[in-house]
Amino acid sequence: MDFLQPKSWAEALEARAALPGGLPVAGGTDVLVALNFRRRHPPAIIDLGRVPGLDEVSADDGWLRIGAATTYDRLMTALPADFPALALAARTVGSPQIRHRGTIGGNLGTASPAGDALPPLLAAGAQIEVASRAGTRRIAAPDFFTGPKRTVLAPDELISAVHVPRARGPQQFAKVGPRNAMVIAVCSLALALHPDHRRVGTGIGSSGPVPLAATEAERFLEGVLSAEGLWDAPRPLSASVRADFARFVTIAARPVDDVRGTAAYRTEALRVLAGRVLDWAWADYCRTGAR
Amino acid sequence: MRLHLTVNGEPRAVDDVGADESLLSLLRDRIGLAGTKNACEQGECGSCSVYLDGTLVCSCLVLAGQAADRDVVTVEGLAPPGTLDPVQQAFISAGAVQCGFCTPGLVLAVDDLIRRVPDPSDEQIREALAGNLCRCTGYQKIIDAVHLAAEGAGNGHHGH
Repeated sequence: MDFLQPKSWAEALEARAALPGGLPVAGGTDVLVALNFRRRHPPAIIDLGRVPGLDEVSADDGWLRIGAATTYDRLMTALPADFPALALAARTVGSPQIRHRGTIGGNLGTASPAGDALPPLLAAGAQIEVASRAGTRRIAAPDFFTGPKRTVLAPDELISAVHVPRARGPQQFAKVGPRNAMVIAVCSLALALHPDHRRVGTGIGSSGPVPLAATEAERFLEGVLSAEGLWDAPRPLSASVRADFARFVTIAARPVDDVRGTAAYRTEALRVLAGRVLDWAWADYCRTGAR
Repeated sequence: MRLHLTVNGEPRAVDDVGADESLLSLLRDRIGLAGTKNACEQGECGSCSVYLDGTLVCSCLVLAGQAADRDVVTVEGLAPPGTLDPVQQAFISAGAVQCGFCTPGLVLAVDDLIRRVPDPSDEQIREALAGNLCRCTGYQKIIDAVHLAAEGAGNGHHGH
């Protein structure tokens, strides 16, 4: 098994193209578990830890660019204003030790349906930037995942960054698990209000083969907010709006029974989470409005 | 591969390191520093916690090669030989050591917490130590030890 440690992005893309079966590693918090338990035997390991700039977060023209090697610890501290749902989700990942190493690019590359960073990417309208020697392309977050632990990433491509519009309204994230830390989500839900476009974004985690957007819930809430003039003059939502939004969220989920929970439990938990994240986000919007 | 790194302030060169070998295995099996414990090998227990360039990490989840030319500090490097770091002393004074297996990882996690938050609340302690499991379940004494160590740090006795 070869160990490559490219010193530049160009070198990393060369290595990736030369070794299509090579396993890229950034923080290693997922990859090392697979290696320690001999679940993976790649012909080569490509360590991206020496590529300069891969962990940079920058803002330009209303958009953020989050480098693929940005750790959860950094996401927690750097993004509360510009991408609050991701900052909240990052804080629920593992432990301090895990958050110091684990990266958003790693979460995308592993592509577990339970990846905590993924529902916020869907809710906020993020795009995934991937690159090969041939160039760079951007993929809308919902189109990046093709199945459990499967993505559209080609064998010669690496994940380079996440692009996302800076938050113009409230965002929330909630997750269910048996402990308050160190848990893989039983289910999770992100919600983003986009008052500038009068849109609503959602992302459901760990309740389907891929992270899912609750499209009908989004359209339903947009319809209510527009029809009742609530974007401009926000006031508390009715109990029936809250209940209908939550019901549309559960309809979008495609949960299964597995070791972490049953499909029935996940559906009920998502219904509860949907009501909560809507309460929190809407209370925030009533207080502060659009940014 | 041949690997150069600094462990507890001492430059080390290690030969024949495997591409998929962990930093934990490098420290314990090749360098012979057994203070860093090996338990879950999946980042669940925190017993293998070390500093990598000053950042607290699970050494079971870092490739040995990723530590090349880096600075590693293990529990053995916290205080000079024959002496105790204030956090280690606080664990003894508070009765926070039972079987002792989780202690090295916890001592490093507490050291990291107190460097960042000199007088942590119980909630901050619980969040900071969430990744360190004590199977003796001696958590209350461990929290007592953190407060004790923080008092020492507040009095200027902490640091190395």
